Amino acid sequence: MPSENRNGEIRIVNVTKRFGDMAAVQDLSLTIPDKGYCCLLGPSGCGKTTILRMIAGHETPTTGEIRIGGEPVVGLSPVQRGTAMMFQSYALFPHRSVLDNVAFSLKLRGASKTDRHNQARELLTKVRMERFADRLPAQLSGGQQQRVALARALITNPRVLLLDEPLSALDEYLRLRMRGELRRVQKELGITFIHVTHTQLEAIAVADLVVVMAQGRIEQAANAQEIFTAPRNAYVARFMGGQNVLSGTVDSVADGHAVVVDEHGVSFSTAVQGEKPTLGSRLFGSIRRDRISVSKAHGCAATSDKVNSLVGEVHAIEYQGSYVKVTIERPSGDEFVANIVDNEFFRDGLDIGDRVVAHWSAHDVLRLEGTADAKEASMGDAAGVLI
Amino acid sequence: MRQTAGPRPWTFYVFASFFALFVLFLYGPMTVIYILSFQGPTGGLTFPMRGFSLRWFHALVAAERVGDIDGAFGRSLVLAVIVAVLTVVLSVSAGLAFRRRFAGSGLLFYLAIASLIMPGLFIGLGIAVGFQLLGLDINWYSSALGAQLTWTLPYGLLIMFAVLGRFNRAYEEAATDLGATSWQRLREVVLPILMPGIIGVALFGFTLSYDEFPRTVLTAGTRNTLPLEIWAMTTNVTSPALFAVGTVTTIISFIAIGIALISIAIIQRRRTRGTGERI
Repeated sequence: MPSENRNGEIRIVNVTKRFGDMAAVQDLSLTIPDKGYCCLLGPSGCGKTTILRMIAGHETPTTGEIRIGGEPVVGLSPVQRGTAMMFQSYALFPHRSVLDNVAFSLKLRGASKTDRHNQARELLTKVRMERFADRLPAQLSGGQQQRVALARALITNPRVLLLDEPLSALDEYLRLRMRGELRRVQKELGITFIHVTHTQLEAIAVADLVVVMAQGRIEQAANAQEIFTAPRNAYVARFMGGQNVLSGTVDSVADGHAVVVDEHGVSFSTAVQGEKPTLGSRLFGSIRRDRISVSKAHGCAATSDKVNSLVGEVHAIEYQGSYVKVTIERPSGDEFVANIVDNEFFRDGLDIGDRVVAHWSAHDVLRLEGTADAKEASMGDAAGVLI
Repeated sequence: MRQTAGPRPWTFYVFASFFALFVLFLYGPMTVIYILSFQGPTGGLTFPMRGFSLRWFHALVAAERVGDIDGAFGRSLVLAVIVAVLTVVLSVSAGLAFRRRFAGSGLLFYLAIASLIMPGLFIGLGIAVGFQLLGLDINWYSSALGAQLTWTLPYGLLIMFAVLGRFNRAYEEAATDLGATSWQRLREVVLPILMPGIIGVALFGFTLSYDEFPRTVLTAGTRNTLPLEIWAMTTNVTSPALFAVGTVTTIISFIAIGIALISIAIIQRRRTRGTGERI
């Protein structure tokens, strides 16, 4: 029996999922509010699809509990859960017309032919596919197939819609259009959407709640703006992009600011309200790419002796329209990226190979949660490469 | 048409000649048999043709001195249909089951496939001896049926492996997600999508059984299947009626293949048909 409860709040409590020896999801807890749009974001293999499939009922947690609208759902069928899933490749039945694909679940429930076709047509109209009702899936473009898959999932009147990389099969133009459309449909229907993606910009563009994952764990779950401007740790900062991550050991503490120096002599300062970090302890900070100014270096010093600046060589210049992305290679080999507003960039006229000084102000330095764990830090590097 | 193709490499002529020989060996003797089956009433087993007639075809039905051709034909047809049905049911079920790795699945698979390389004559002999030991009569519908299944089932299983290898399991999950029970999932989604492959399995089962010889010869008992009957005829029939049998059986085989190909074509057409009205 489909649940009468329309509350689409999802509560994942201490869920672990193991495949053999490998834990795809480790002791994960997460609450997704009713009528929310949540994106599970992470590199492939981080467990995001496994979570989606456990909410859908296509996988069973090894341990832990999943509740939808307050009711425990582990062991229930997708229909009993009131969830519907849109598959990555859409999985439209190739032997049925668009209309019969959409009407499929009504047919299973014994609805008469006219009845189910009327309802299916109504939904096809909603996704603007009514003209294609008699086509077969093979005769549709990717974007059209996606709309049909959406209609087919929605005909069960779910309280939660689960989308497994819904835009990955589309070209860039359609991807941008369809993600806006998904958001519109979600608002219109007022149901919970959970959307799995590995694309950062897709996640922050549509979601109310972005959940950044790595290796079966949640690194940060927050709204898009917070994820982007206030990443909790080095992993999230690197994975989301838009940030430069620096680390080092505390050199001195004064006036509520700690000065941190890394092994290459680069130093930055960051506010440490209240707490007093011990000298020599490890500290992470990040600076947004668009809060950095770059000027040509005079002299040939390999390091800058000033706090909150560093010296390097311009490695790449990419024009992005409203800004220019300047990649600076530090003597240590690390990269440091500055996004410079276009007119400012062209006034200075930087070129590849120029020696430059990048500097920023102390209040733009965001203190990251310390992850002294070397393994986790290197994991962050691996994710950074993906961007 | 290409207009400015350069001279063909010498390898082209080598392979073209080889292919021509292949075609000649494949269709030449058969064509001779088809032609000779229309031999005139006074003609013999070899050229020249002494007029044309349907006399030798007539001789088959009349069964004047040609043995039990129509009986053998009926048995072969019924047996081939039974074998085809059993092959489809068993290899489709086995194929679906093998998608899930279970304890000993690898061993079971190789055990099944091994019967493809075992000499058929000895399989037949073993079955015949086994039936004798158990005190059972050997018959075309019991021992020969079993013997033929040792040949068609591994084939059917291999075809199903190939078919299922391209089958996306997301279809099944989508069906479950939309509320299908496991039976509805099989009937409404899995079987229709696999249907062209299943027809292929049936076709293989049918034709492999219809002209099976080594496994059947010692297991068919007193009443012959068609290949056995024809084999017997080659030693004691000296008229072109022998050729007429060849022509008729070939036509039957072509009809079976034709039916299978047409059904597959109809299914494919239905899947890619244009925006036909359907309300």
